Amino acid sequence: MSILEARNAGVKRGGRTIFGPASVCIGAGEMTALIGPNGSGKSTLLRLFAGLWQPDEGEMLIDGEAIHSLPRREVARRVAFVPQETQIDFGFTVSEILAMGRYAHRGRFSPQSQVDHAAINSAAAYCDITHLIDRAINTLSGGERQRVLIARSLVVEPEFILLDEPTANLDIHHALDVLQLCESLSRQGRTVIVATHDFNLVTRHVTRLILLQGGLLIAEGLQEDVLAPRAIQEVFHVEAETVPTKTGQPVYVFHQRIR
Amino acid sequence: MSAAAQNTPLANVSSRPRLRLSVFYGFLLPIMFLSLLAAVGIGSTHISWPTILRVAEFKILPHAWTSSVHVTKADVVIVWLIRVPRVIVAFFVGAGLASAGVLLQALFRNPLAEPSLVGAGEGAVLGGVISFVTGWSATSVLSLPLMAMVGALLALFIVYAMSTRGGVTPVATLLLAGVATSALLSSVASLLLSVNIVNWQIAQEIVFWMMGGLDARTWTHVWLCAPFVVLGFVASLLQTRDLDLLQLGEETAASFGVDVESSKRMLTLTAAILTGAAVAVAGLIGFVGLLVPHAARLILGPSNRTLLPASALTGGAFLVLCDLLARTIHPPTEIRLGIVTALCGGPLFIYLLLRQYRGGANG
Repeated sequence: MSILEARNAGVKRGGRTIFGPASVCIGAGEMTALIGPNGSGKSTLLRLFAGLWQPDEGEMLIDGEAIHSLPRREVARRVAFVPQETQIDFGFTVSEILAMGRYAHRGRFSPQSQVDHAAINSAAAYCDITHLIDRAINTLSGGERQRVLIARSLVVEPEFILLDEPTANLDIHHALDVLQLCESLSRQGRTVIVATHDFNLVTRHVTRLILLQGGLLIAEGLQEDVLAPRAIQEVFHVEAETVPTKTGQPVYVFHQRIR
Repeated sequence: MSAAAQNTPLANVSSRPRLRLSVFYGFLLPIMFLSLLAAVGIGSTHISWPTILRVAEFKILPHAWTSSVHVTKADVVIVWLIRVPRVIVAFFVGAGLASAGVLLQALFRNPLAEPSLVGAGEGAVLGGVISFVTGWSATSVLSLPLMAMVGALLALFIVYAMSTRGGVTPVATLLLAGVATSALLSSVASLLLSVNIVNWQIAQEIVFWMMGGLDARTWTHVWLCAPFVVLGFVASLLQTRDLDLLQLGEETAASFGVDVESSKRMLTLTAAILTGAAVAVAGLIGFVGLLVPHAARLILGPSNRTLLPASALTGGAFLVLCDLLARTIHPPTEIRLGIVTALCGGPLFIYLLLRQYRGGANG
């Protein structure tokens, strides 16, 4: 089973460090949430893990090998990335969108194989979008689009699935749907990393939380260790109160901090 | 993921009807062949279809088989040495420009990108002019398309560098960069024209390129253009999956395994080959690369694997018909081919521009 690791990884833009240096290790089968306010570095860390950005200092490793020393196609076969922006302006059909997920598996000259086809069909069935397969992507609702893009990342058959704010544009019903889907993926043995600022929504679904602020890792671990009201006040600048629920997992209620 | 789930028949509901490929080609191929035939037959001297066939037989089949075929010398000259090469050049120029349009629209992620609007056409003209002025074209006839390709490539690099930041090309910057680069390159071409105005022959060639047209095209022009268009087309076909992913954004493309930088370089080079090959023999002909891929995308959807061959064939047939129109609509004068294509493409361009500025989708 594979491990993704950041080892003193940092990102600089215009001579200024905007992220890190940070070290963190994410093991197989976990479902991890990257949590923090806007601009805390969640998306940056996600892109470093996906190999889309190269760290300016330190290293990003997959099973001990530097991600950037591996061919782009190999990284793409192992780590799938679901972007935050799901709007697609071109009228590709859902099945065309899903087929794009096989890019890294197919040679330039080879036609779509049985294996490709099976991967596409099973991903569509798993994400419950089989009935949408011939629809144009730009005619779907936000919830349907998000499911299609998650299905496309499954088509890759990756070890890791990274999602950037997957619930940001969804109503509560569809948001829970998507998180449920992510959770079932991690139970299946895939490693899932979700970047989000809405921690109330994800805590129930994840096995581990990583809290970021200003490009630095503040805390990591289980909910009770990471999201103490004190830490929330520190990072999000709001007063947080925990309220018990029938699931046993407390939820947070926020109050504007009195200055 | 049960076996049952894997075997679920894929539903067949389509929200936006696309024409089936068999229907599309069922219409396109007959139209294409008829327009090729009509373009050979119609002109200042009308040639009947049987005569065209007899000349083709006489020229293509071995002489032992065609000793009984009766053709006049005049028919052979008109059909085989004047009309056929012109029609073939028109077809390949149209196919090349339309294919280049498909590539550029995916590369700039913008439906307004087109060889003559992003500087590639002007770059190719300047390249051709330089090869003429320096006399290289007299040394080797191949230097003409090669220089045109180099010119197109340089222009594309300049426009891309000017208009694209972080993989995003805003329409306004793209058009401004395209206009600025085109203006600069064509003024250099005009400068070379003014300097060489005393040399009447060179001046005439330069003027021909800048206006664009298919007058007096010969078999030499066919051989200067067709192989490069075929090469560029095949290279494009091998990149259609990169094109699809790049069209969705560079980050998405990279996350699915596309080597974005090398892929963009290959696409730029291919677009330059196609544009250069077309401009080298026909000069600058606008709007084909805009009009044809756009129409094909409306009918067949955006998947480049279908779009590219459909656009190439449609572009070829379209330019053959435009050229036929240009030389027969107002006899005995020939209208410039570029005027006909601009009259067809200009309104579409304005419509697309307005729609983009009103926040419409990219089709």
